[in-house]
Amino acid sequence: MSATIDIRFRLNGVDTEVSVPATMSALEMLRDRLDLTGTKYACGEGECGACTISVDGVTVNSCLMFAADCDGRELMTIEGLAASSVGEALRASFTRNGAVQCGFCTPGIMMQAHSVLQKHGSCEPADLKRTIEGNLCRCTGYVKIIDSMAEACVAADEGA
Amino acid sequence: MSDINNYVAPRSLDEAAEALRAGNVTLLAGGTDLMPQSRSGRTPLRPTLVNIRRIPELRGLSESGGTIRIGPLATITELRDSALVRERLQALWQACDSFASDQVRNAATIGGNICNASPAGDTLVPLLVLDAQVELASKPNGALAKRALPLADFVLGPGQTARASTELLSGIVVASSPEDFISSFFKFGTRPALDISMISIGFAARRAGKTLRDVRVAFGAVAPRPIRAPATEAALEGKALDDNVIGAAAKAADAEIHPISDVRASDWYRREMVRNMFTRMLTHVRDH
Ligand SMILES: Cc1cc2nc3c(=O)[nH]c(=O)nc-3n(C[C@H](O)[C@H](O)[C@H](O)COP(=O)(O)OP(=O)(O)OC[C@H]3O[C@@H](n4cnc5c(N)ncnc54)[C@H](O)[C@@H]3O)c2cc1C
Ligand code: FES
Ligand code: FES
Repeated sequence: MSATIDIRFRLNGVDTEVSVPATMSALEMLRDRLDLTGTKYACGEGECGACTISVDGVTVNSCLMFAADCDGRELMTIEGLAASSVGEALRASFTRNGAVQCGFCTPGIMMQAHSVLQKHGSCEPADLKRTIEGNLCRCTGYVKIIDSMAEACVAADEGA
Repeated sequence: MSDINNYVAPRSLDEAAEALRAGNVTLLAGGTDLMPQSRSGRTPLRPTLVNIRRIPELRGLSESGGTIRIGPLATITELRDSALVRERLQALWQACDSFASDQVRNAATIGGNICNASPAGDTLVPLLVLDAQVELASKPNGALAKRALPLADFVLGPGQTARASTELLSGIVVASSPEDFISSFFKFGTRPALDISMISIGFAARRAGKTLRDVRVAFGAVAPRPIRAPATEAALEGKALDDNVIGAAAKAADAEIHPISDVRASDWYRREMVRNMFTRMLTHVRDH
Protein backbone atom coordinates (compact mmCIF):
# COMPACT_ATOMS: atom_id res chain seq x y z
CA MET A 1 0.00 0.00 0.00
CA SER A 2 1.06 3.50 -0.77
CA ALA A 3 1.61 6.12 1.90
CA THR A 4 -1.42 8.29 2.57
CA ILE A 5 -1.06 12.04 2.80
CA ASP A 6 -3.40 14.53 4.43
CA ILE A 7 -3.76 17.63 2.31
CA ARG A 8 -5.71 20.90 2.57
CA PHE A 9 -6.49 23.33 -0.18
CA ARG A 10 -9.18 25.72 -1.38
CA LEU A 11 -11.45 24.15 -3.94
CA ASN A 12 -13.93 26.37 -5.75
CA GLY A 13 -13.71 28.79 -2.87
CA VAL A 14 -14.23 26.22 -0.12
CA ASP A 15 -11.60 24.96 2.33
CA THR A 16 -11.16 21.27 1.67
CA GLU A 17 -9.30 18.49 3.48
CA VAL A 18 -8.71 15.05 2.11
CA SER A 19 -6.41 12.03 2.56
CA VAL A 20 -4.93 10.70 -0.64
CA PRO A 21 -2.52 7.94 -1.63
CA ALA A 22 0.86 9.36 -2.71
CA THR A 23 0.42 8.05 -6.24
CA MET A 24 -3.10 9.39 -6.85
CA SER A 25 -3.59 12.03 -9.52
CA ALA A 26 -5.45 15.28 -8.89
CA LEU A 27 -7.97 14.12 -11.49
CA GLU A 28 -8.70 10.88 -9.60
CA MET A 29 -9.02 12.83 -6.37
CA LEU A 30 -11.55 15.24 -7.88
CA ARG A 31 -13.67 12.58 -9.55
CA ASP A 32 -13.43 9.63 -7.18
CA ARG A 33 -12.97 11.29 -3.79
CA LEU A 34 -14.73 14.61 -4.11
CA ASP A 35 -17.40 13.58 -6.58
CA LEU A 36 -16.66 16.48 -8.93
CA THR A 37 -17.21 14.63 -12.17
CA GLY A 38 -17.33 17.66 -14.47
CA THR A 39 -13.58 17.29 -14.99
CA LYS A 40 -13.19 14.48 -17.52
CA TYR A 41 -10.75 11.60 -17.83
CA ALA A 42 -9.80 10.62 -21.38
CA CYS A 43 -6.18 10.14 -22.45
CA GLY A 44 -4.56 10.37 -19.01
CA GLU A 45 -1.39 11.65 -20.70
CA GLY A 46 -1.73 15.40 -21.08
CA GLU A 47 -2.74 15.19 -24.74
CA CYS A 48 -6.47 15.97 -24.81
CA GLY A 49 -7.13 18.64 -22.18
CA ALA A 50 -10.43 17.10 -21.00
CA CYS A 51 -9.06 17.13 -17.43
CA THR A 52 -8.08 20.82 -17.43
CA ILE A 53 -8.45 22.60 -14.08
CA SER A 54 -7.07 25.85 -12.71
CA VAL A 55 -4.42 25.78 -9.98
CA ASP A 56 -3.27 29.06 -8.42
CA GLY A 57 -4.77 30.89 -11.36
CA VAL A 58 -3.26 28.91 -14.23
CA THR A 59 -4.65 25.93 -16.11
CA VAL A 60 -3.01 22.52 -15.87
CA ASN A 61 -3.83 18.95 -16.85
CA SER A 62 -5.10 17.38 -13.63
CA CYS A 63 -4.21 13.91 -14.99
CA LEU A 64 -0.51 14.88 -14.86
CA MET A 65 -0.64 16.35 -11.37
CA PHE A 66 -0.05 14.40 -8.16
CA ALA A 67 -2.99 14.99 -5.81
CA ALA A 68 -0.51 15.51 -2.97
CA ASP A 69 0.82 18.53 -4.84
CA CYS A 70 -2.55 20.29 -4.37
CA ASP A 71 -1.66 20.88 -0.73
CA GLY A 72 -1.84 24.57 0.15
CA ARG A 73 -3.06 25.64 -3.26
CA GLU A 74 -6.16 27.21 -4.79
CA LEU A 75 -8.08 24.99 -7.22
CA MET A 76 -10.98 25.74 -9.50
CA THR A 77 -12.88 23.15 -11.51
CA ILE A 78 -15.67 23.51 -14.04
CA GLU A 79 -18.17 23.29 -11.16
CA GLY A 80 -16.62 26.43 -9.65
CA LEU A 81 -16.50 28.20 -13.00
CA ALA A 82 -20.11 27.30 -13.78
CA ALA A 83 -21.23 29.07 -10.62
CA SER A 84 -19.55 32.34 -11.65
CA SER A 85 -20.69 35.11 -13.99
CA VAL A 86 -17.85 34.37 -16.44
CA GLY A 87 -18.98 30.75 -16.49
CA GLU A 88 -22.51 31.93 -17.27
CA ALA A 89 -21.26 34.07 -20.14
CA LEU A 90 -19.17 31.23 -21.58
CA ARG A 91 -22.04 28.79 -21.35
CA ALA A 92 -24.38 31.24 -23.11
CA SER A 93 -21.90 31.86 -25.88
CA PHE A 94 -21.11 28.14 -26.40
CA THR A 95 -24.83 27.33 -26.52
CA ARG A 96 -25.67 30.15 -28.93
CA ASN A 97 -22.91 29.13 -31.34
CA GLY A 98 -23.58 25.40 -31.19
CA ALA A 99 -20.06 24.76 -29.87
CA VAL A 100 -21.16 21.69 -27.91
CA GLN A 101 -22.13 18.29 -29.28
CA CYS A 102 -21.41 15.37 -26.95
CA GLY A 103 -19.98 17.86 -24.45
CA PHE A 104 -17.11 15.67 -23.30
CA CYS A 105 -14.39 18.18 -24.15
CA THR A 106 -16.46 21.19 -23.09
CA PRO A 107 -15.49 21.53 -19.40
CA GLY A 108 -11.78 21.46 -20.29
CA ILE A 109 -12.23 23.90 -23.12
CA MET A 110 -14.27 26.27 -20.94
CA MET A 111 -11.59 26.19 -18.24
CA GLN A 112 -9.02 27.05 -20.87
CA ALA A 113 -11.27 29.76 -22.38
CA HIS A 114 -11.75 31.24 -18.92
CA SER A 115 -8.01 31.45 -18.42
CA VAL A 116 -7.69 33.29 -21.74
CA LEU A 117 -10.36 35.80 -20.66
CA GLN A 118 -8.58 36.35 -17.34
CA LYS A 119 -5.29 37.12 -19.04
CA HIS A 120 -6.94 39.82 -21.16
CA GLY A 121 -5.03 38.58 -24.17
CA SER A 122 -5.99 39.04 -27.77
CA CYS A 123 -9.52 38.13 -28.93
CA GLU A 124 -8.27 37.39 -32.47
CA PRO A 125 -9.42 33.94 -33.62
CA ALA A 126 -5.88 32.99 -34.72
CA ASP A 127 -4.50 33.78 -31.24
CA LEU A 128 -7.40 32.06 -29.48
CA LYS A 129 -6.74 28.98 -31.59
CA ARG A 130 -3.24 28.71 -30.18
CA THR A 131 -4.54 28.84 -26.62
CA ILE A 132 -6.58 25.66 -27.08
CA GLU A 133 -3.85 23.64 -28.81
CA GLY A 134 -3.93 21.36 -25.79
CA ASN A 135 -7.67 20.62 -26.05
CA LEU A 136 -9.05 18.00 -28.41
CA CYS A 137 -12.68 17.88 -29.57
CA ARG A 138 -13.85 14.87 -31.56
CA CYS A 139 -17.23 16.14 -32.69
CA THR A 140 -17.84 19.86 -32.92
CA GLY A 141 -14.95 21.04 -35.02
CA TYR A 142 -13.01 23.95 -33.71
CA VAL A 143 -14.62 26.77 -35.70
CA LYS A 144 -17.67 27.05 -33.48
CA ILE A 145 -15.57 26.74 -30.36
CA ILE A 146 -13.24 29.55 -31.47
CA ASP A 147 -16.27 31.67 -32.47
CA SER A 148 -17.76 31.20 -29.01
CA MET A 149 -14.49 32.04 -27.32
CA ALA A 150 -14.07 35.16 -29.47
CA GLU A 151 -17.59 36.29 -28.66
CA ALA A 152 -17.13 35.82 -24.92
CA CYS A 153 -13.72 37.48 -25.17
CA VAL A 154 -15.07 40.59 -26.90
CA ALA A 155 -18.03 40.76 -24.49
CA ALA A 156 -15.65 40.58 -21.50
CA ASP A 157 -13.49 43.34 -23.00
CA GLU A 158 -16.50 45.56 -23.54
CA GLY A 159 -17.82 44.87 -20.06
CA ALA A 160 -14.45 45.81 -18.52
CA MET B 1 2.63 2.07 -10.25
CA SER B 2 5.00 1.26 -7.44
CA ASP B 3 4.36 1.69 -3.74
CA ILE B 4 5.52 4.73 -1.87
CA ASN B 5 6.16 4.48 1.87
CA ASN B 6 7.10 8.02 2.36
CA TYR B 7 6.10 11.38 0.86
CA VAL B 8 7.87 14.60 1.82
CA ALA B 9 7.56 18.19 0.66
CA PRO B 10 10.66 19.96 2.00
CA ARG B 11 10.64 23.73 2.46
CA SER B 12 14.35 24.30 1.90
CA LEU B 13 17.18 23.05 -0.28
CA ASP B 14 18.95 21.81 2.82
CA GLU B 15 15.97 19.65 3.82
CA ALA B 16 15.65 18.27 0.30
CA ALA B 17 19.34 17.35 0.18
CA GLU B 18 18.97 15.65 3.55
CA ALA B 19 16.08 13.55 2.21
CA LEU B 20 18.16 12.60 -0.82
CA ARG B 21 21.06 11.56 1.39
CA ALA B 22 18.86 8.93 3.00
CA GLY B 23 18.55 7.29 -0.43
CA ASN B 24 15.86 5.62 -2.54
CA VAL B 25 14.25 8.87 -3.56
CA THR B 26 12.30 10.02 -6.62
CA LEU B 27 12.14 13.78 -7.07
CA LEU B 28 8.90 15.41 -8.19
CA ALA B 29 8.73 18.84 -9.81
CA GLY B 30 5.82 19.52 -12.21
CA GLY B 31 5.04 15.83 -12.69
CA THR B 32 4.36 16.13 -16.43
CA ASP B 33 6.98 13.47 -17.21
CA LEU B 34 6.88 11.61 -13.93
CA MET B 35 3.12 10.95 -13.85
CA PRO B 36 2.82 9.28 -17.28
CA GLN B 37 6.18 7.53 -16.93
CA SER B 38 5.37 6.06 -13.52
CA ARG B 39 1.86 5.03 -14.62
CA SER B 40 3.18 3.16 -17.62
CA GLY B 41 5.90 1.52 -15.55
CA ARG B 42 8.72 3.09 -17.59
CA THR B 43 10.06 4.86 -14.48
CA PRO B 44 9.02 3.00 -11.33
CA LEU B 45 8.79 5.36 -8.36
CA ARG B 46 11.24 4.72 -5.54
CA PRO B 47 9.91 4.28 -1.98
CA THR B 48 10.32 7.95 -1.05
CA LEU B 49 8.71 10.66 -3.16
CA VAL B 50 10.19 14.12 -2.56
CA ASN B 51 8.13 17.02 -3.89
CA ILE B 52 10.59 19.89 -4.38
CA ARG B 53 8.08 22.49 -5.54
CA ARG B 54 7.88 24.42 -2.26
CA ILE B 55 11.59 25.23 -2.15
CA PRO B 56 12.12 28.99 -2.59
CA GLU B 57 15.84 28.63 -3.42
CA LEU B 58 14.92 26.69 -6.55
CA ARG B 59 12.67 29.39 -7.98
CA GLY B 60 13.23 32.60 -9.85
CA LEU B 61 15.24 34.05 -12.66
CA SER B 62 17.90 36.71 -12.18
CA GLU B 63 20.76 38.50 -13.85
CA SER B 64 23.88 39.67 -12.07
CA GLY B 65 27.60 39.98 -12.69
CA GLY B 66 27.47 38.90 -16.33
CA THR B 67 25.42 35.76 -15.73
CA ILE B 68 21.78 34.78 -15.87
CA ARG B 69 20.65 32.27 -13.29
CA ILE B 70 17.54 30.20 -13.83
CA GLY B 71 15.93 28.31 -10.96
CA PRO B 72 15.13 24.71 -11.95
CA LEU B 73 11.51 25.24 -10.85
CA ALA B 74 10.94 28.00 -13.40
CA THR B 75 8.06 26.80 -15.53
CA ILE B 76 8.10 26.95 -19.30
CA THR B 77 5.36 29.62 -19.05
CA GLU B 78 7.47 31.74 -16.68
CA LEU B 79 10.40 31.59 -19.08
CA ARG B 80 8.18 32.38 -22.06
CA ASP B 81 6.70 35.38 -20.23
CA SER B 82 10.10 36.70 -19.18
CA ALA B 83 11.44 39.76 -21.03
CA LEU B 84 14.97 38.76 -19.98
CA VAL B 85 14.63 35.40 -21.71
CA ARG B 86 12.92 36.85 -24.77
CA GLU B 87 15.54 39.53 -25.31
CA ARG B 88 18.74 37.85 -24.16
CA LEU B 89 18.24 34.13 -24.63
CA GLN B 90 16.25 34.07 -27.86
CA ALA B 91 16.84 30.40 -28.65
CA LEU B 92 15.53 29.36 -25.23
CA TRP B 93 12.53 31.65 -25.61
CA GLN B 94 11.70 30.11 -28.99
CA ALA B 95 11.93 26.62 -27.49
CA CYS B 96 9.53 27.63 -24.69
CA ASP B 97 7.16 29.22 -27.19
CA SER B 98 6.85 26.04 -29.24
CA PHE B 99 6.70 23.75 -26.19
CA ALA B 100 3.59 21.59 -25.70
CA SER B 101 0.29 23.25 -24.75
CA ASP B 102 -0.61 26.06 -22.37
CA GLN B 103 -1.63 23.53 -19.72
CA VAL B 104 1.64 21.57 -19.95
CA ARG B 105 3.80 24.73 -20.09
CA ASN B 106 2.12 25.99 -16.89
CA ALA B 107 3.22 22.89 -14.97
CA ALA B 108 6.41 21.76 -16.71
CA THR B 109 9.68 23.01 -15.21
CA ILE B 110 12.99 23.57 -16.94
CA GLY B 111 14.75 21.45 -14.28
CA GLY B 112 12.40 18.56 -15.03
CA ASN B 113 13.04 18.92 -18.74
CA ILE B 114 16.82 18.80 -18.21
CA CYS B 115 16.78 15.92 -15.72
CA ASN B 116 14.36 13.88 -17.82
CA ALA B 117 17.18 13.90 -20.41
CA SER B 118 15.06 13.07 -23.43
CA PRO B 119 16.93 13.04 -26.77
CA ALA B 120 14.17 15.43 -27.89
CA GLY B 121 14.11 17.62 -24.72
CA ASP B 122 13.36 21.05 -26.12
CA THR B 123 15.21 23.23 -23.61
CA LEU B 124 18.40 21.16 -23.92
CA VAL B 125 19.23 22.22 -27.46
CA PRO B 126 19.10 26.00 -26.82
CA LEU B 127 20.88 25.59 -23.48
CA LEU B 128 23.68 23.72 -25.27
CA VAL B 129 24.27 26.60 -27.70
CA LEU B 130 24.09 29.04 -24.78
CA ASP B 131 26.92 27.05 -23.12
CA ALA B 132 24.81 26.54 -20.00
CA GLN B 133 26.24 25.16 -16.78
CA VAL B 134 24.17 23.14 -14.36
CA GLU B 135 24.61 23.26 -10.63
CA LEU B 136 24.02 20.21 -8.44
CA ALA B 137 23.44 20.30 -4.69
CA SER B 138 23.88 17.55 -2.12
CA LYS B 139 24.92 16.98 1.50
CA PRO B 140 27.84 14.56 1.21
CA ASN B 141 28.95 14.91 4.84
CA GLY B 142 26.30 16.82 6.65
CA ALA B 143 26.86 20.22 5.01
CA LEU B 144 25.24 21.47 1.82
CA ALA B 145 27.72 21.33 -1.09
CA LYS B 146 27.39 22.34 -4.72
CA ARG B 147 29.21 21.44 -7.89
CA ALA B 148 28.85 22.89 -11.36
CA LEU B 149 29.37 21.23 -14.71
CA PRO B 150 28.65 22.03 -18.35
CA LEU B 151 25.24 20.86 -19.54
CA ALA B 152 27.06 19.06 -22.36
CA ASP B 153 28.67 16.78 -19.73
CA PHE B 154 25.47 16.38 -17.73
CA VAL B 155 23.12 14.73 -20.20
CA LEU B 156 24.58 11.33 -21.07
CA GLY B 157 21.87 9.42 -22.93
CA PRO B 158 18.13 8.81 -22.97
CA GLY B 159 17.01 9.35 -19.37
CA GLN B 160 20.61 9.31 -18.18
CA THR B 161 22.49 12.13 -16.52
CA ALA B 162 25.65 12.68 -14.50
CA ARG B 163 23.48 13.38 -11.44
CA ALA B 164 24.33 11.16 -8.47
CA SER B 165 21.27 9.70 -6.74
CA THR B 166 21.98 11.96 -3.73
CA GLU B 167 22.10 15.15 -5.79
CA LEU B 168 19.49 17.52 -7.13
CA LEU B 169 19.67 20.11 -9.85
CA SER B 170 19.73 23.44 -8.02
CA GLY B 171 20.41 25.99 -10.76
CA ILE B 172 21.10 26.65 -14.42
CA VAL B 173 23.62 29.35 -15.29
CA VAL B 174 24.27 31.01 -18.63
CA ALA B 175 26.57 33.92 -19.47
CA SER B 176 24.55 37.01 -20.37
CA SER B 177 25.33 37.46 -23.98
CA PRO B 178 27.13 40.38 -25.64
CA GLU B 179 25.19 42.82 -27.82
CA ASP B 180 26.23 41.24 -31.12
CA PHE B 181 25.12 37.76 -30.00
CA ILE B 182 22.26 36.07 -31.80
CA SER B 183 20.65 32.71 -31.12
CA SER B 184 17.76 30.78 -32.55
CA PHE B 185 15.92 27.49 -32.22
CA PHE B 186 13.91 25.50 -34.71
CA LYS B 187 11.74 22.48 -33.98
CA PHE B 188 9.76 20.23 -36.22
CA GLY B 189 7.04 17.84 -35.05
CA THR B 190 3.84 16.58 -36.65
CA ARG B 191 1.27 18.08 -34.26
CA PRO B 192 2.95 21.39 -33.63
CA ALA B 193 1.99 21.85 -30.01
CA LEU B 194 1.98 18.41 -28.55
CA ASP B 195 4.30 16.19 -30.44
CA ILE B 196 7.81 15.88 -29.15
CA SER B 197 10.35 17.12 -31.62
CA MET B 198 11.09 15.01 -34.66
CA ILE B 199 14.21 17.10 -35.07
CA SER B 200 15.36 20.34 -33.49
CA ILE B 201 18.22 22.72 -34.21
CA GLY B 202 19.90 25.34 -32.04
CA PHE B 203 22.20 28.00 -33.39
CA ALA B 204 24.15 30.83 -31.75
CA ALA B 205 26.95 33.16 -32.77
CA ARG B 206 28.37 36.64 -32.46
CA ARG B 207 28.12 38.41 -35.71
CA ALA B 208 29.63 41.40 -37.40
CA GLY B 209 27.78 41.95 -40.66
CA LYS B 210 27.68 38.56 -42.37
CA THR B 211 30.69 37.18 -40.50
CA LEU B 212 30.17 34.76 -37.65
CA ARG B 213 32.37 34.14 -34.61
CA ASP B 214 32.04 31.93 -31.57
CA VAL B 215 29.61 29.77 -33.56
CA ARG B 216 27.62 27.11 -31.70
CA VAL B 217 25.34 24.54 -33.25
CA ALA B 218 23.32 21.81 -31.54
CA PHE B 219 20.87 19.19 -32.75
CA GLY B 220 18.07 17.38 -30.91
CA ALA B 221 16.38 14.05 -31.60
CA VAL B 222 19.07 12.92 -34.05
CA ALA B 223 21.26 11.04 -31.54
CA PRO B 224 20.75 9.38 -28.12
CA ARG B 225 21.12 12.82 -26.55
CA PRO B 226 21.03 16.40 -27.83
CA ILE B 227 24.49 17.06 -29.27
CA ARG B 228 26.80 19.94 -30.10
CA ALA B 229 28.19 19.73 -33.63
CA PRO B 230 31.87 20.84 -33.59
CA ALA B 231 32.65 20.12 -37.26
CA THR B 232 29.58 22.12 -38.31
CA GLU B 233 30.65 24.95 -36.03
CA ALA B 234 34.16 24.87 -37.59
CA ALA B 235 32.65 25.09 -41.08
CA LEU B 236 31.06 28.41 -40.07
CA GLU B 237 33.62 29.91 -37.68
CA GLY B 238 35.13 33.20 -38.86
CA LYS B 239 33.40 32.92 -42.23
CA ALA B 240 31.12 35.34 -44.00
CA LEU B 241 27.86 33.57 -44.76
CA ASP B 242 27.34 32.89 -48.46
CA ASP B 243 25.79 30.01 -50.40
CA ASN B 244 29.04 28.03 -50.41
CA VAL B 245 29.61 28.35 -46.68
CA ILE B 246 25.99 27.48 -45.93
CA GLY B 247 26.22 24.44 -48.23
CA ALA B 248 29.42 23.27 -46.56
CA ALA B 249 27.89 23.68 -43.09
CA ALA B 250 24.79 21.68 -44.05
CA LYS B 251 27.05 18.93 -45.38
CA ALA B 252 29.10 18.93 -42.18
CA ALA B 253 25.88 18.70 -40.17
CA ASP B 254 24.74 15.70 -42.17
CA ALA B 255 28.01 13.92 -41.35
CA GLU B 256 27.70 14.71 -37.64
CA ILE B 257 24.19 13.50 -36.86
CA HIS B 258 23.13 9.91 -36.24
CA PRO B 259 19.36 9.79 -36.54
CA ILE B 260 17.37 6.62 -36.03
CA SER B 261 14.16 5.50 -37.67
CA ASP B 262 11.22 5.25 -35.29
CA VAL B 263 7.46 5.76 -35.23
CA ARG B 264 7.87 9.50 -35.73
CA ALA B 265 10.17 9.58 -38.73
CA SER B 266 12.70 7.60 -40.73
CA ASP B 267 16.42 8.19 -40.58
CA TRP B 268 16.31 9.49 -44.18
CA TYR B 269 13.53 11.96 -43.42
CA ARG B 270 15.28 13.31 -40.33
CA ARG B 271 18.45 13.89 -42.38
CA GLU B 272 16.49 15.73 -45.05
CA MET B 273 14.80 17.89 -42.39
CA VAL B 274 18.08 18.77 -40.68
CA ARG B 275 19.79 19.66 -43.99
CA ASN B 276 16.91 21.74 -45.27
CA MET B 277 15.98 23.48 -42.05
CA PHE B 278 19.56 24.22 -41.09
CA THR B 279 20.11 25.73 -44.56
CA ARG B 280 16.97 27.79 -44.10
CA MET B 281 18.06 28.99 -40.66
CA LEU B 282 21.48 30.07 -41.92
CA THR B 283 19.96 31.77 -44.95
CA HIS B 284 17.67 33.66 -42.60
CA VAL B 285 20.64 34.75 -40.48
CA ARG B 286 22.46 35.92 -43.63
CA ASP B 287 19.51 37.90 -44.93
CA HIS B 288 18.47 39.61 -41.66
C1 LIG C 1 1.42 16.29 -23.55
C2 LIG C 1 2.87 16.57 -23.28
C3 LIG C 1 3.59 17.35 -24.17
C4 LIG C 1 4.95 17.59 -23.96
N1 LIG C 1 5.62 18.38 -24.84
C5 LIG C 1 6.94 18.60 -24.68
C6 LIG C 1 7.66 19.41 -25.60
O1 LIG C 1 7.11 20.00 -26.54
N2 LIG C 1 9.01 19.54 -25.42
C7 LIG C 1 9.66 18.93 -24.40
O2 LIG C 1 10.88 19.07 -24.29
N3 LIG C 1 9.00 18.19 -23.48
C8 LIG C 1 7.67 18.01 -23.61
N4 LIG C 1 6.98 17.25 -22.67
C9 LIG C 1 7.71 16.61 -21.55
C10 LIG C 1 7.65 17.36 -20.19
O3 LIG C 1 6.54 18.21 -20.11
C11 LIG C 1 8.92 18.16 -19.94
O4 LIG C 1 10.04 17.33 -20.00
C12 LIG C 1 8.90 18.93 -18.59
O5 LIG C 1 9.79 20.02 -18.70
C13 LIG C 1 9.25 18.12 -17.38
O6 LIG C 1 9.21 18.97 -16.24
P1 LIG C 1 8.40 18.57 -14.91
O7 LIG C 1 8.65 19.66 -13.94
O8 LIG C 1 7.00 18.26 -15.23
O9 LIG C 1 9.19 17.27 -14.50
P2 LIG C 1 8.81 16.01 -13.59
O10 LIG C 1 7.91 15.12 -14.32
O11 LIG C 1 8.40 16.45 -12.24
O12 LIG C 1 10.26 15.37 -13.51
C14 LIG C 1 10.93 14.87 -14.64
C15 LIG C 1 12.20 14.13 -14.18
O13 LIG C 1 13.17 15.04 -13.70
C16 LIG C 1 13.49 14.76 -12.34
N5 LIG C 1 13.67 16.08 -11.71
C17 LIG C 1 12.81 17.12 -11.77
N6 LIG C 1 13.36 18.21 -11.17
C18 LIG C 1 14.58 17.84 -10.74
C19 LIG C 1 15.65 18.53 -10.05
N7 LIG C 1 15.57 19.83 -9.72
N8 LIG C 1 16.78 17.85 -9.76
C20 LIG C 1 16.90 16.54 -10.12
N9 LIG C 1 15.94 15.85 -10.76
C21 LIG C 1 14.79 16.48 -11.07
C22 LIG C 1 12.34 13.94 -11.82
O14 LIG C 1 12.75 13.09 -10.78
C23 LIG C 1 11.95 13.15 -13.06
O15 LIG C 1 12.81 12.07 -13.24
C24 LIG C 1 5.61 17.02 -22.84
C25 LIG C 1 4.87 16.24 -21.93
C26 LIG C 1 3.52 16.02 -22.14
C27 LIG C 1 2.76 15.20 -21.15
S1 FES D 1 -7.09 13.23 -19.56
FE1 FES D 1 -5.67 14.74 -18.98
S2 FES D 1 -5.08 15.56 -20.87
FE2 FES D 1 -6.31 13.90 -21.47
S1 FES E 1 -18.19 18.13 -28.21
FE1 FES E 1 -17.75 16.03 -28.27
S2 FES E 1 -15.62 16.01 -27.92
FE2 FES E 1 -16.01 18.08 -28.16
